[in-house]
Amino acid sequence: MTRTDSEITIIGGGVVGLSVALGLLLAGRRVHVLDGPDGDARASQGNFGLVWGQGKGWDFAPYAKWTSDALAAWPEFARKLAELSGIDVDLDQTGGFEFFTDTSEMSAFAAMLEQQQQHLGNRFSPELLSGDDLRAEMPGIGEGVIGASFSQQDGHVNPLRFLRALRCAVLAAGGRVTMDASVARIVPLPGGGFDLALANGRQAGADRVILCAGLGAMTLAASLGFSTQIRPQRGELLITEKLQDRLPFLSSTIRQVDEGGVQIGGTKADAGLDDSETLEVMAGLARHAVAVLPALADVRVVRAWGALRVMSPDGYPVYARSNRYPGAYLVTCHSGVTLASLHASLLADWIEGNSGAPDLEAFDEHRFAISTAA
Amino acid sequence: MNIVLRFLPPPETTGVAEFEYEGAVITAPPGISLAAALLAHSGAFTRKTASGDARAAYCMMGVCFDCLVEVDGIPNTQACMTAVRQGMVVRRQIGLRRLNGCRDF
Repeated sequence: MTRTDSEITIIGGGVVGLSVALGLLLAGRRVHVLDGPDGDARASQGNFGLVWGQGKGWDFAPYAKWTSDALAAWPEFARKLAELSGIDVDLDQTGGFEFFTDTSEMSAFAAMLEQQQQHLGNRFSPELLSGDDLRAEMPGIGEGVIGASFSQQDGHVNPLRFLRALRCAVLAAGGRVTMDASVARIVPLPGGGFDLALANGRQAGADRVILCAGLGAMTLAASLGFSTQIRPQRGELLITEKLQDRLPFLSSTIRQVDEGGVQIGGTKADAGLDDSETLEVMAGLARHAVAVLPALADVRVVRAWGALRVMSPDGYPVYARSNRYPGAYLVTCHSGVTLASLHASLLADWIEGNSGAPDLEAFDEHRFAISTAA
Repeated sequence: MNIVLRFLPPPETTGVAEFEYEGAVITAPPGISLAAALLAHSGAFTRKTASGDARAAYCMMGVCFDCLVEVDGIPNTQACMTAVRQGMVVRRQIGLRRLNGCRDF
């Protein structure tokens, strides 16, 4: 069996793992995805569905550019997904707002956007609007909103339908997906390849392994020779009853899915692996939403939950090949929805080491080693 | 377990409450659930879904949301979680609720 003909094993069947799997399948590889049980901390089932660039990579040009490329690649990606899966993920990429009720927060964000714009040149042209301009355009905006930024490339998808579309697309493209196959231990073999011990007692062999396990990588990364420390970051979300009216905007904290429900979120907390929701944070989210759009005041919240983001030490993605164990890769990021369009296309070239593959050196994990050694 | 023991005893009421439902006047013991009163009234549908399907109360315990009605102008009210009160005005919930004050979006 030659290496290029062998099956690639992907550990993790969430948005990141399935996107990477799809890219490799479309490049003609054989792929086996091992997914964990339902009870795992699944960022892919708790996320907001944003396809978002505003503010990303303002202090790290490679991430600003990678994100910008991802936004540009989304329409074609959504089309491909629909073709393979038969599912429309409702990509709406007609621009998004970041609302502010605090002048200093807005000027700080404006400075970040300016730096981001310097990295991206004419590919990025965010606008800043005053509260009065906003209210002239959208009469429902609250008096407490002092301004907003707007970027026309930003958008969103229906997050749960997207996850389902990815899974269906992977299967349609010939991928194998094994559910409830939590990997407990990875043992690199002396002559190359890996033995995977599953939590259900089974064993699996793999010639090449791509670790896309989200928070599962916290325990598995080291056994493949990676040093990246992944940490959870809790976000909380409110879901309202469905509305017949369409909200006049999309923002990074308030969005309406196509079925009519409004998602309110965007909080960040360091709470370890505890994904419970808290009354104080939920109340804060509700206050924010009503400050932005007072008409939401009598709309009921029907669900609320906490979910855990997957964060690298600096918050940027990690794309790394194992030096110690050739054939092992680590792919982990926070913005798995936004970056999915590249994970399902160009990243396959990087994994295969093809000429013309994107240069992802800046995302290698050695950036952490340097900072901790200093 | 005796099935009767699985339910709360009905409220001890005297007299009847009158309330309005889709323009008709309905009587029911005050304090019973609005969903029960509407089922006893006709059992006909009390809401339509976003896609236009007819629904009536089903779970009677606040879970299924199929009993949604408009009560005194408040949309999406769960009839099974609402007690009958004298003079309340009830209408079917037709489709999704509106966003108050923003009907021009």
